[in-house]
Amino acid sequence: MDFGDSPAEADFRSRLRSWLPANNPGLPTSSTDDDYWAGMASWHQSLFDAGFFGMSWPTAFGGHGLPSVYESIVDDELAASGAPPRPSLGYLVQGILEHGSDAIQARFLPGIVNGRERWCQGFSEPDAGSDLASLRTRADRDGDEYVLAGHKVWTSYSDDADWCLTLARTDHDVAKHRGISAFAVPMAQPGIERRPLPMINGITKEFGEVIFDGARVSADNMIGEPGEGWRLAMTVVSHEREPGELGFVARYRKLVGQLTEKVRVEPERYRVEERRDLAWAIVEAEMLRRHVSRRLSDRLGGISHGPEGSVDKLLMTQVEQAVGHAALSVGGTGHGGGDQTWTKVYLYSRAQSVMGGTSQIQRNLVAQRILELPT
Amino acid sequence: MDVRLSAEQQALGDSVARVIDDLGPRTVQQLDDPERARRLDAAISAAGWRELRSALDDGSPLASGVEVSIVAEELGRGLADAPLLGPTLAAELRRLADAPAATSVETVALAPDLSKIAWVESGVAGPDSVAIDAQGAESALALAPASTSVSGGLQLVTVPLRRVEERIDLTQWTGAPAAGSVPRPVVEQGRVLDAEALDRWTALGLTVTSADLVGVMDGAVQLACAYARERRQYGVPVGSFQAVQHLLADAFVAMEGSRSLTLYAAWAVDALGSADALTAAATAKAYSSRAARSVCETVIQVHGGIGNTWECIAHVYLRRALASTEVLGGVGPSLARVLSGVQLSDGTWRDDGLR
Repeated sequence: MDFGDSPAEADFRSRLRSWLPANNPGLPTSSTDDDYWAGMASWHQSLFDAGFFGMSWPTAFGGHGLPSVYESIVDDELAASGAPPRPSLGYLVQGILEHGSDAIQARFLPGIVNGRERWCQGFSEPDAGSDLASLRTRADRDGDEYVLAGHKVWTSYSDDADWCLTLARTDHDVAKHRGISAFAVPMAQPGIERRPLPMINGITKEFGEVIFDGARVSADNMIGEPGEGWRLAMTVVSHEREPGELGFVARYRKLVGQLTEKVRVEPERYRVEERRDLAWAIVEAEMLRRHVSRRLSDRLGGISHGPEGSVDKLLMTQVEQAVGHAALSVGGTGHGGGDQTWTKVYLYSRAQSVMGGTSQIQRNLVAQRILELPT
Repeated sequence: MDVRLSAEQQALGDSVARVIDDLGPRTVQQLDDPERARRLDAAISAAGWRELRSALDDGSPLASGVEVSIVAEELGRGLADAPLLGPTLAAELRRLADAPAATSVETVALAPDLSKIAWVESGVAGPDSVAIDAQGAESALALAPASTSVSGGLQLVTVPLRRVEERIDLTQWTGAPAAGSVPRPVVEQGRVLDAEALDRWTALGLTVTSADLVGVMDGAVQLACAYARERRQYGVPVGSFQAVQHLLADAFVAMEGSRSLTLYAAWAVDALGSADALTAAATAKAYSSRAARSVCETVIQVHGGIGNTWECIAHVYLRRALASTEVLGGVGPSLARVLSGVQLSDGTWRDDGLR
């Protein structure tokens, strides 16, 4: 039982630590400004080119084939240096690794890992949120292609994406979970309309809507077998619930570090309630850091992903929202003029209890699959 | 980094679990069975689990904070009504002071607000000092100004005890200095305890009480889940209602977060410098204290009317959680120490209002 670095880990940490100061792109605070998302693509490529991205992914696709614990070292150092967090792409990679053919993996994984091809995820629809299996987007076979028709929403990064991991119904005669297939759909084509969907904090680059109206995708771009889309979706969302996969620890610790510095500079400005909110944010962010270490260590022994991902998602949500409250408390609202960054951090934090499966769905899963309560 | 427990550490946890599952109190009535409690005490004593922090020849402890936490969590889960925390903290003080091991059962005395070790002035132990986890202990360790010339140094003294009859935690007794008793130095020539040594000792105390809280939460959640599967209303188990499921899911999640922080604190006790070890322990204690009260309240709620009766063991978990929380500081003092760790507080909390 050792939270410390092995010699190889310490060497990696020190290389990353000395690389960061000259390479930190100094982007605005995460998810508070469109310039943040505009700068993330080159940050991704820069991390990749320097050998600090995809630490635990297969070398065949540009990863480093190292234990997942290296991802937590990356998160530690990014946060400590004030650099942006790493791009959250692990769930896409894991979904394609688990369900894609060799040809699909070879075609798509290198571009995802090296950041040269950008992806969005077309799962949710206006009438299919928590009840994802009721999605209505259809993919109808036409020769060697499928033709898509439907409406996707809350599609993160769709405006800039080259590809969309799309769930669509290919069989209307079977149970709703079994008639769904997954495709890698090229976004630059007629028949796809992209609409920005501004979030409650005003940023327009994160959410989007995608309208498929006669868009075409090669049958070769199906990921998995026909009807395997639901299982792929479950793989993706289970990884999307894991803070270790998302790299969010770095984001939280960076925000907490900035808030701590504000109080340190002008301690007399802050009342006990505000310092209390900051203290809880420090505690919560630290909790997630150690919790991720626990989970990533379990994976050294090959423990697979199960319902505990829902525990992690609920913990991560608690952290994000405690950080949001500290942002409001210590950062201030900017009401009546002044910097609104911290209000935007707070407003953005409300999405965490919805995205990737609502907290209510996660509690159902914990109660039924871990606590074995009756249904 | 690999924070999985070693095979030996897992085996230790398993053996403590076997003892407590066999001999721990399962019902409120069993708390009044002296023969069972005596056998539990004897089993813990025979296993040597109270001596894990006693010194080896080189002054290092027999076992790390991780092993102590493993034992504490299991004993908390099973509501062990036999001491662990008190003798462990006493052994750690003796180790840090380079003093010989105790010859009889011994605990530690804390200041009346339980925030730190008791302080003996002018040769008299404050009558309000609280000897924690004092069952079977004839004496407790406290601190006094060092008789040597080292300025500001502290030395260990031993204080004879009497039992305090009132208690909130039905699984542990406290003690107080015996009337008219005179504290005596533990050794003539020991190592003088400095602030760094006391920080490390406090880190161990906060960590072990956090581990106890994690265990208490674990046992309490298991109790409530078992009840929710059996208790029927409207013709179905109450555990099938989403409102009840969500309460218990939140309780489980709060316990898991506490466990992760406590695991780190347990490692930090011996692996990090005293300031970082203390911050790690305070972080765990703040989180576990908040979680434990909420979790135990949920467990009582899930039991409904039965949960509010003396005979339902749910309140025994809550009582133990309240007691373990207070030892060396719960939410407020721990948050003050967390802020102190980032240089935003001097670590005192009395007038701070943090909670």
